[in-house]
Amino acid sequence: MSPLSVLRVALRALVRNKMRAGLTTLGVVIGVGAVVAMVAIGEGAKAQVQKAFESMGTDLIVVLPGSQNFGGMQGGFGSGQTLTWDDLHAIQTELSAVRAAAPQLRTNTPVLGDGNNWGTQVMGTTADFFVVRNWALQFGRPLQASDVDGATKVAVLGQSVAEQLWGEPARAVGDVLRIKGVPYEVIGVLTPKGQSPMGMDYDDVVLVPAKTFMTKVQGGIKQNIPGSILVAAKNGRESARTAQQVQALLRDRHKLVDGDPDDFSIRNLAEMANAQQQGTQTLTMLLMAIAAVSLLVGGIGIMNIMLVSVTERTREIGVRMAVGARPVDVLLQFLVESLTLSVIGGAIGVGVGVGGAWLLTAKFGWPTVVRPDVIAIAVGFSALIGVGFGLYPARRAAALDPIQALRYE
Amino acid sequence: MGDPALLAVDNVSKTYLTGDVPVRALIGVSLEVRPGELLAVMGSSGSGKSTLMNLLGCLDRPSEGRYLIDGRDVSRLSRAELAVVRNRLIGFVFQSFQLLPRTSAVENVELPLLYRPLLAGERRRRALQALARVGLAERAGHHPNQLSGGQQQRVAIARALVGEPKVVLADEPTGNLDSVTSVEVMALLQQLVADGITVVLVTHEHDIAAFASRVITVKDGRVVTDVRQTPVPAVPHPTVAVAGTLHATGVP
Ligand SMILES: Nc1ncnc2c1ncn2[C@@H]1O[C@H](COP(=O)(O)OP(=O)(O)OP(=O)(O)O)[C@@H](O)[C@H]1O
Ligand SMILES: [Mg+2]
Repeated sequence: MSPLSVLRVALRALVRNKMRAGLTTLGVVIGVGAVVAMVAIGEGAKAQVQKAFESMGTDLIVVLPGSQNFGGMQGGFGSGQTLTWDDLHAIQTELSAVRAAAPQLRTNTPVLGDGNNWGTQVMGTTADFFVVRNWALQFGRPLQASDVDGATKVAVLGQSVAEQLWGEPARAVGDVLRIKGVPYEVIGVLTPKGQSPMGMDYDDVVLVPAKTFMTKVQGGIKQNIPGSILVAAKNGRESARTAQQVQALLRDRHKLVDGDPDDFSIRNLAEMANAQQQGTQTLTMLLMAIAAVSLLVGGIGIMNIMLVSVTERTREIGVRMAVGARPVDVLLQFLVESLTLSVIGGAIGVGVGVGGAWLLTAKFGWPTVVRPDVIAIAVGFSALIGVGFGLYPARRAAALDPIQALRYE
Repeated sequence: MGDPALLAVDNVSKTYLTGDVPVRALIGVSLEVRPGELLAVMGSSGSGKSTLMNLLGCLDRPSEGRYLIDGRDVSRLSRAELAVVRNRLIGFVFQSFQLLPRTSAVENVELPLLYRPLLAGERRRRALQALARVGLAERAGHHPNQLSGGQQQRVAIARALVGEPKVVLADEPTGNLDSVTSVEVMALLQQLVADGITVVLVTHEHDIAAFASRVITVKDGRVVTDVRQTPVPAVPHPTVAVAGTLHATGVP
């Protein structure tokens, strides 16, 4: 029997029972639709996390003062100001794996500009910050060494702050920003970076020279850094090695002996990103498993209907065998029928899944990514189900004795 | 007995082992059917006629003995090989027509050709030709439930001859038909014989057997009589259809 006639016979058999075929494929439709939609959601979440970390920079290491592991006991973040300006200098100059490093002194405070008021994060840092974060300006200029050394009252605004206060970010440059009553000249506006992995707005920030921060905003000049150090690795894939170098250097400088806990802690963003991704991976796998189960149920539905179909058409099978259908012809006929059923279900399921993902994005703003390979896998899998679950009924049909089949009532 | 046998059944037995007691449906049957014969198989119910037909039609294999078609031993062939033999050499006509429901006449007739390497157009052409041979060309698109019993059996005969078989086997082809349509069907079978196809049919009716050129009787799994006769020509007309006894001499 030619493949085309086999397909035609299968299609005719299905068309004859449209309702039944439709209901049978529903299981596969839902299964495949679920797989495609679930994976789209999982991939969307993953992509979002990835994008967020990328905009932050996966080559980054944050060095925090105090032992964060015992944070609860020691009074939490920044309790002991154990990082010194000399530590920072050593990290910048002595470590081969380090590209750049900058301090981050932070406080949340309202700022005033163009007659408007906005609560934001003010950060004291150095010119290196722009290198570390790989952060360019859209207007004006960045902080320079002279600003930091001279403790000048200048500020670089994040996109969100400039927008909130001036409406039009470009207008902010050259104007005056007041922090705690002190006027600063706005020298630049950063390019937008978007959201952090935890949903924080990176662009809601005002950068001022570290020295100015300590004298005018908070703290006073000290040997210790009242904040954290942000370190960028030379090579994005070597953040772990960089973290080890920084740890060894600081332990040495702080004269810690073996057995002493670190009096600082290091956060490796690449590792955090990995952990996050693993989390979404697990989620994706879980969703896939659920979807796979529904596919399985769809497969069983197909098997059930094929068994019914074989029984119903016992006489037809007998006639076909009498006129010369070999067992393999009968086998193929039913196999192709269940395959057609499941592949059509799979194709509709892909449509449903992609449509569902699109709807989630359009209506609820969920990030979704529809991967073509997932579609291919889903359709392939439904084909596999068609063959797998169709095989038993098809073999039963092929094993029928023509004489008995012709007599079947 | 000049011609070599087309069908040669050689000391064949068939025993069914389905129940507690083995049923010996055929016991040492030997039978030769020559090309061009119209053989009627008679016998009481349960005598083994259908069993014999199933063996002749390669739907089943003998428990013992040999069966040769055209000199080729087919008694030990696999299921798939038997299917090919059926497809190439044998046409079937059944008492209950056995047409596929909700399938047009021409598609029913095409069925045997589906299992041959033919193009769809060629299949259709041959099927229409076969339908024309049984006088149903204009009913090609009709479904079985739109046809009378006689017409359905004619479609079935078209299906049996579409593959140009050597032999057509008909197990009580007139069993479900009235006497008038029975004669029509017998006329068609006689026409097949005239066209060179050998026909074996099972019947309970002597009227029908009268149209055959040879009649055998089966009793308890054995062939008990084997008679050659001049067949009564089946004229598809009510008044003539009554005629015929077992040994009736044919109208010239
Ligand atoms: N598949 C089977 N399993 C067991 N016994 C069978 C089977 N088929 C037929 N028989 C038995 O074999 C014997 C012959 O049956 P067969 O059908 O050949 O008779 P028949 O001459 O065709 O009868 P009828 O005129 O009623 O059609 C019967 O006793 C029947 O019960
Ligand atoms: Mg019978």
